[in-house]
Amino acid sequence: MSHFLTTIGMCRFIHQQTKAEKANQPREAKLEKQKVLLLGDEAIAQGAIDAGVSGFYAYPGTPSTEIMEYAQRSREADELGIHRQWSANEKTAVEAALGMSYAGKRVIACMKHVGLNVAADAFVNSGITGANGGLIVVSADDPSMHSSQNEQDSRFFGNFSLIPVLEPSSQQEAYDMMAYGMDYSEKYRIPLLMRITTRLAHSRSGVVKNKRRDQNEVHMPEDGRQFVLLPSISRKRYKVLLETQNSFLDESENSPFNSYTDGADKSIGIIACGIGYNYYMENYPQGSPHPVIKIGQYPLPEKMIKKMAAECDSILVVEEGMPVVEEKLRGFMDAPLKIKGRLDGTLPRDGELNPNILRIAMGMDDLTGEKTPEIVKPRPPVLCPGCPHIDTYKALGEAVKDVYGDGHVFSDIGCYTLGAYPPYEIINSCVDMGASVTMAKGAADAGIFPSIAVIGDSTFTHSGMTGLLDAVIENTNMVLIILDNSTTAMTGGQKSHAYGRLHNICTGLGVAPEHVREVIPLPKNHNELVKIIKEEVEYPGVSVIIPTRECIQTIGKKK
Amino acid sequence: MKRDIILAGVGGQGILSIATVIGYVAVQEGLFLKQAEVHGMSQRGGDVQSNLRISSEPIFSDLVAAGKADLIISVEPMESIRYLPFLHRNGWLITSTTPYKNINDYPGEEELLNEIKKVKNHVAIPAEAIAKELGSARSSNIVMLGAASAYLDLPFEKLEDGLRAIFGRKGEKIVNANISAIRAGRDFAAKYLEN
Ligand SMILES: Cc1ncc(C[n+]2csc(CCOP(=O)(O)OP(=O)(O)O)c2C)c(N)n1
Ligand code: SF4
Repeated sequence: MSHFLTTIGMCRFIHQQTKAEKANQPREAKLEKQKVLLLGDEAIAQGAIDAGVSGFYAYPGTPSTEIMEYAQRSREADELGIHRQWSANEKTAVEAALGMSYAGKRVIACMKHVGLNVAADAFVNSGITGANGGLIVVSADDPSMHSSQNEQDSRFFGNFSLIPVLEPSSQQEAYDMMAYGMDYSEKYRIPLLMRITTRLAHSRSGVVKNKRRDQNEVHMPEDGRQFVLLPSISRKRYKVLLETQNSFLDESENSPFNSYTDGADKSIGIIACGIGYNYYMENYPQGSPHPVIKIGQYPLPEKMIKKMAAECDSILVVEEGMPVVEEKLRGFMDAPLKIKGRLDGTLPRDGELNPNILRIAMGMDDLTGEKTPEIVKPRPPVLCPGCPHIDTYKALGEAVKDVYGDGHVFSDIGCYTLGAYPPYEIINSCVDMGASVTMAKGAADAGIFPSIAVIGDSTFTHSGMTGLLDAVIENTNMVLIILDNSTTAMTGGQKSHAYGRLHNICTGLGVAPEHVREVIPLPKNHNELVKIIKEEVEYPGVSVIIPTRECIQTIGKKK
Repeated sequence: MKRDIILAGVGGQGILSIATVIGYVAVQEGLFLKQAEVHGMSQRGGDVQSNLRISSEPIFSDLVAAGKADLIISVEPMESIRYLPFLHRNGWLITSTTPYKNINDYPGEEELLNEIKKVKNHVAIPAEAIAKELGSARSSNIVMLGAASAYLDLPFEKLEDGLRAIFGRKGEKIVNANISAIRAGRDFAAKYLEN
């Protein structure tokens, strides 16, 4: 909450300054003052607004959430009538964005990296359909897994779908790339992927804004069958996509976001992608002694790279995330020159990069200060005091763990995943959104009893409903507990699609109404909750328990 | 001019309010700024830190490099020394001495203070007590800012101006409370170093 205020507060003050001091300042200073401090995520949102988008579609996920949150707060976006509501999940977000693009309007869809897995079917096929109005999918990767299950690299999806990728190295580039990307998308009628990582998404810096463009008028695709992926049409569209790859290459060679800066010392050449460039340059305040290719746009600019390979004795690939570029350069065969990066151990194979890692890779001494004293202990995040999930977990402990032992509770992703830590230590899985329901089903099918799924309300409407239908069809002997805290808490309290709908969704899917049990998780209702869980465990079929009480944090925000 | 700062604390302690004031002044002064924040998982009572970099030259990295921080400003004593690997040999550790104990194996307070005192340049300040004494318990982070103010290379009056601009719309009373807090922090730090 305090951060939220900070954000708005900060931007407004800078605007005020602009107006007040405009009159008597030299021109240069005036330009300087027009900078607004924006998070990378906010720069993307403002960039999209100024690039004339008509819609934002997204599902929350760290570190991408603030893109949509900024758009929702923006008075400008409001006045312009820009669509900016959350979607049920990332797949529905990308599909809706594709529909808006079909209608000729510019649009962005935003998600965290694992969200792109959920949206993959829509995204990969959008390479074949192509776009009509400009379409950019933004995927935020989380190397070092600050708040994620893995550190997958979204650039793979660009490769895989043959879709061009943008990777900004600064908040300013993130802003500028929105207008640039929309032009690109409309020029070739192709969706684009923008890939960012945590540090850019959640770091604030000055951004200079451009004049805002108008939105597009509605106009249908010229070819009424462009979006019909019947095999005969797909084959043709795929050929078009393949043929356009050469143009994408040309765009990359000439892109303002890819550059070759020469250096006198050619013992090594540097290929630095996205914010990897910053971590390298941080060590050379006077400029790099070695040639550097800065990459902000894919496919990779082949000519630039070949020039570097011809002139340098070796190449160091600096990329945040996985060794996507390095693998491409290296291949199986011995390369004619040494290629260094994450695969040969010059840089760590996993985790985020930072300036010191690059220092060491370049042979400079490690500047790390004193070690953290041993008395400093880890401080993991915990459920807030008074959190409704605590009451449910206490009851679940008594009704299930104390009776049947550990190992029966399949959980999901959200605040309630903290139930894996002491003092609860009550959940046995957290894999991908929705997996609690279907893993509990599979385990029940295999003979585990009792088999319990625990899922948050937002996660349930994201991906849990279809799994529940599977269970209903077979009347699987399992208990699904939907922790309804009436919000998407983990990511900061966004609206949940499930709000007020859970009972009807469950009975609508076919769960017997007498086995859809609602209860308020409070200490005074502990015995009731234990009793309900026990009863439903004993019922040999699908039951759903919905403990409903609002998240303490969202209540606090309303005050 | 260049300052690399690590702000540290526990989720919910509002370390970003310190960053907001410094950031505001930096922008007013026409400096470049990058500020990496922590959002998400680590906010619920876990350890949090933010990297704040200000400079008269353009800044590349969003992160402060290991061993290069000019300042660690921490609103919690154990958290302050978590980030020692980032502190420059001649850097300053400015920390509140009020512990936030939400883990079972929290170290003994004396032990903790000893570790803090091992740092050549440090200021250990009972920020919460000072804020309470001033009658505005919520401004302890601004007391911390005051304690750090001598090392920011920003004019002290500009920091006060920043507080006026940022808290202005909350009314005179809040503004004055924060001005008293920043001054009390500054004065405490000056005295601390005399002893
Ligand atoms: C595919 C995917 N999208 C988004 C996320 C990010 N994410 C993690 S938990 C969560 C929301 C959880 O909300 P809810 O299920 O209601 O539980 P709560 O946190 O409110 O307890 C989100 C959006 C993710 N991990 N995976
Ligand atoms: S944010 Fe809400 S749901 Fe999450 S732990 Fe806190 S009270 Fe519980």
